[in-house]
Amino acid sequence: MHDHSHHSDDHHGHRHDHHHAGDDHHHHGHDHDHQDVPPDISLRVKALESLLVEKGMVDGAALDDIVDSFENRIGPRNGAQVVARAWTDSAFRERLLADGTGAIGELGYLGGQGEHMKVVANTPDVHNLVVCTLCSCYPWPTLGLPPAWYKSSAYRARAVIEPREVLREFGLQLADDVEVRVWDSTAEIRYLVLPERPAGTGGMTEDELAGLVTRDAMIGVARVAAPERCDP
Amino acid sequence: MRTSLHPDRKRLAELPPLPRDAEGPVFEAPWQAQAFALAVKLSELGYFSWTTWARTLAEEIAAAYARGDPNDGSGYYRHWVAALERLVVDRDLIDLAALTERKDAWTEAYRRTPHGQPVELRAASGQ
Repeated sequence: MHDHSHHSDDHHGHRHDHHHAGDDHHHHGHDHDHQDVPPDISLRVKALESLLVEKGMVDGAALDDIVDSFENRIGPRNGAQVVARAWTDSAFRERLLADGTGAIGELGYLGGQGEHMKVVANTPDVHNLVVCTLCSCYPWPTLGLPPAWYKSSAYRARAVIEPREVLREFGLQLADDVEVRVWDSTAEIRYLVLPERPAGTGGMTEDELAGLVTRDAMIGVARVAAPERCDP
Repeated sequence: MRTSLHPDRKRLAELPPLPRDAEGPVFEAPWQAQAFALAVKLSELGYFSWTTWARTLAEEIAAAYARGDPNDGSGYYRHWVAALERLVVDRDLIDLAALTERKDAWTEAYRRTPHGQPVELRAASGQ
């Protein structure tokens, strides 16, 4: 079993509920010590961009501005569909929590970078939060492009040191007896939070439910709010 | 002066129809948005005109279609990248050998860089 020793370094000097991925199975043949090589087409774009920037023909920051402006327009953003299915189909929910990659694949999603997905469920007693402390690993085939704050060094450092404070700043107040689990993404494992289904959504269809699920809820910095027209 | 980050609707409409929804362009992966940004910026900076860009992209798509590619939009941004490569080489912005070499250098950089560290070319070029 591969040891994620570089993730075990407690270089932040913090105490936290830090779960490591070492007990998960790796089925794929990548060299775990190194990053996955992106698809050929992605490397071609990197080659173009890096050469043009290096020659001073375009400004890299200006390119990033354009890409960032599409933050919510990149990737299939189909995580909400996964969550809605889990809320309405308990057998799927079980499979999803046991084997995230397989269950998400059932819906025809994934692909792209081939990383494994682990889905962690929020309950009344446990709240999950996802971070990548070392860089900004993010399950973009499921969630689209990461928001800018996810990539910030402040979030990456503080999510593990003081998750409750970070959540408070996101407007999410947790009771003291709710356990916070922070999941640190790796090159091989990406996490998706399965939020709690809000009350008052009993009569909603899967697609309607999917419409309620936000990206932030699937990272774990928000709850899924009940719909406005809340049936009593 | 245009301050918007994006080409306006009129300019986008000059292109072969790009993947989009009611609000504008959508991308399946980050590299697609990066390729989009490159073409927009290079054209804005005058390395080629938007009209030239639209024509080159249309040619690339037509050529792919003639080769038997499905003309269903699935390869849109692959054609976009191919058009971009052709145009920057034609306009002598970059030569083809440098592009190939750089792509290999990135591949090597990813292979060599441990997770969590920024992937940098220096690690790969063996200097």
